[in-house]
Amino acid sequence: MSHSAHEDSGQSPFIAHHYDNARHQFEAGKLGIWLFLVTEILFFSGLFVAYIIYRYHHPEMFEYANRYLSVKAGAINTCVLIISSLTAAWAVRAAQLRQRKTLITCLAITVVCAFAFLGIKAKEYAHKFHMGTYWGEDFDPCETPDLTPIDCAERHEGHEAAAGKAEATAAADTTAKPGAEAAAGTGEAAATAKPGEVKLPDRVAAGVPPHTSYFFSLYFGMTGLHGIHVLIGAGVFIWLLIRAIKGHFSPDYFGPVEYAALYWHLVDIIWIFLFPLLYLI
Amino acid sequence: MSTFAPGPSFFRASHGLRSWLFTLDHKRIGLMYLCGIIIAFLLGGLFALGIRVELFFPGETIVGPDTYNRMFTLHGAIMVFLVIIPGLPAALGNFILPMQLGAPDVAFPRINLTSLYLWYIGAALLLVSLFSGNAVDTGWTFYTPYSLNSPASVIPVVAGVFILGFSSIFTGLNFITTVHKFRHPKMTWFKMPLNVWALYATAVIQVLATPVLGITLLLLLAERIMGIGIFDPTLGGDPVLFQHFFWFYSHPAVYIMILPAMGVISELVTTFSHKPIFGYRFIAYSSIGLALLSFLVWGHHMFVSGQSPLATMIFSALTFTVAIPSAIKVFNWVATLYKGAITFQTPMLYTLAFILLFTIGGLTGITLGALSVDVHLHDTYYVVAHFHYVMMGSGLIAFLAGLHYWWPKITGRMYHEKTGQICAILVFIGFNLTFLPQFVLGARGMARRYWDYDPRFETLHQLSTTGAVILGFSLLVGFINLVVSLKRGRKAPANPWGATTLEWEAPSPPPLYNFTAPPELPPIYDYTNLVYDPDEGGYIRRPAQATDTSAAGGEGPGSSPAGEPSRS
Repeated sequence: MSHSAHEDSGQSPFIAHHYDNARHQFEAGKLGIWLFLVTEILFFSGLFVAYIIYRYHHPEMFEYANRYLSVKAGAINTCVLIISSLTAAWAVRAAQLRQRKTLITCLAITVVCAFAFLGIKAKEYAHKFHMGTYWGEDFDPCETPDLTPIDCAERHEGHEAAAGKAEATAAADTTAKPGAEAAAGTGEAAATAKPGEVKLPDRVAAGVPPHTSYFFSLYFGMTGLHGIHVLIGAGVFIWLLIRAIKGHFSPDYFGPVEYAALYWHLVDIIWIFLFPLLYLI
Repeated sequence: MSTFAPGPSFFRASHGLRSWLFTLDHKRIGLMYLCGIIIAFLLGGLFALGIRVELFFPGETIVGPDTYNRMFTLHGAIMVFLVIIPGLPAALGNFILPMQLGAPDVAFPRINLTSLYLWYIGAALLLVSLFSGNAVDTGWTFYTPYSLNSPASVIPVVAGVFILGFSSIFTGLNFITTVHKFRHPKMTWFKMPLNVWALYATAVIQVLATPVLGITLLLLLAERIMGIGIFDPTLGGDPVLFQHFFWFYSHPAVYIMILPAMGVISELVTTFSHKPIFGYRFIAYSSIGLALLSFLVWGHHMFVSGQSPLATMIFSALTFTVAIPSAIKVFNWVATLYKGAITFQTPMLYTLAFILLFTIGGLTGITLGALSVDVHLHDTYYVVAHFHYVMMGSGLIAFLAGLHYWWPKITGRMYHEKTGQICAILVFIGFNLTFLPQFVLGARGMARRYWDYDPRFETLHQLSTTGAVILGFSLLVGFINLVVSLKRGRKAPANPWGATTLEWEAPSPPPLYNFTAPPELPPIYDYTNLVYDPDEGGYIRRPAQATDTSAAGGEGPGSSPAGEPSRS
């Protein structure tokens, strides 16, 4: 192994002096990033173990609670991430072949996809907060997953209208859904107490299982941590994009693109586990 | 192979504060770790002395119960997260590992510097709690639900430990890659020094276990700040899940502390016996074996936490198997000593202390792994004594052994040998006086973490406190001896102990990229050609005698390292 300066060898200027050559640096970096990915898997494993244990203890709660989530939003996000994984992998190939334009395009699409994912996720979160499906003791939904209004401490904007509509529906059609039936029952009782205000069933009466808040602890914990990883990934790809525009990458030096792509695939694959676990089953 | 420009030592290679703060040199980074760790060690030691003085009499001696809780928490947190875990890998390992591989640096020098800064940031956060007037009082394990309700400043400490975890992960990642990609071209796996094997096994644990601590502490933070509800029983969470997560890291962490210690001892035992190591492959494999087994025994911390009896039995049985690789190492060290030409310099005295103390620590671990006995001994001073024998009596004693062994290589100076030897003996006596009585205390029912105790335990507590004072005093003198050597010490030769690993082929202290020329790989643990040269004050290789004795190599900082005697 030679340890001295390599400036004379005509390699990329980004080969650090303590490496023998470009290949040595690339291989060390690749081992390093794989080890880092192992730590990432273990980092997420804590949450997956918590998921398994609580799902084992409260399977009915999970089956009920996941209906609060929007499968459509989750599916779109899955597609967005898979497309971005394709462009990330393509970017590696482009860097290896010195196709600068393709490289820049692929990196740019990856960045756009990352922000699209975060945007959709933010909309989902906003909807959850709106509905009151928080984690922990703040869990206080104003609707069941079937959009039947239920009693909650803080009635959010827009729910008054929904509640009023529900009452009207319940009065008109007594063969409505079981949740609505209960709502109508208590609604009548409440109407006599205070005119103009509708008393809705509480969430136990509406059939929301106990510990449902726990599902949202996991949901926000898992998707939140994943979201932070997406955000970091977006930052890394912006950095790569700038470097690609400056023309730093060459067949001799494409390590950072490959390492970032590997990281991105991991973030993608974690989502591919999160999507069915949280949204589908 | 290209040649090296002979340069000044790494101390003199560049100047100024910036050259240290932004250095990528593994030796400077190791040295900066060492400074921080020794300061943290003194601080943790002061808390330990505070605890012991408080326990000299039953009732209040110097501090009240709340302060006492804070003292033992900070003692534990500092010693575990700031001292022992990074002590051998990050400080000494950083300095030694690339040199033992014949490499110019670690694989990722910038990540190495990052982990150093993460260590300092984590340490600062941990100590913020100390000065906030509301220091953390949860014990170093941060068990829920108390850590969720405690009025103390838990958040900065947990955040600090989280960051320290990343420091540890990056060091481990760096070391694994370095061992794979930066070995001397002729150094096959089974020609690696045993210290490298141990550091490699340690790095595997650091990479695989620490992330689980990371997520645990992150969830604890989320629990405390936002009430996420995963560990909080009032929100439907499970506090025992926290214990499982915590010990899934923290039991392997015990091996992060002990494995590099075993690596150091393996080097020192053969060097000071001047005899090839006995059972090289067994020691190497047992390091890997311990690393793997360390992941399977975490449940033995929770025998009384409401685990299922089946899980408890399995964990107990697996705990016993840890004794096998541990005993393999001890037997091999003893066999290496057998008929060796043993010299009793300071590092060797610490080494012998290690072998004795580790044996006691290991065997008492087996009694604790036995279910029926553990129910009686759980959370008593017996446990305290056991893990101090392993973590301090083994982990830290090996750190001291390594520090004294590599001190001449690091600083280029020899410390005062007699003082070092006396300190080593006093450390051994003080340590045993501190912790042997605690086995008795624990067996008689003295619970750990208590501020007050039954008067019948007074004599044993007083013996223990006396031992702690002797221990603290001798450690302090030992450190002063090292510091004084920087000014007064004799200049160190390249190879003062007659060791065969590659770091001793470099001058003391080494130049910037470690070797003035690509080193030849000497046969490892082969002492036949090493002879003591009185002019040099150290060992040289026999074939080099005729040509190289005139150019006394490996002098102090700044001298030309061209006369490295091993190369002819």
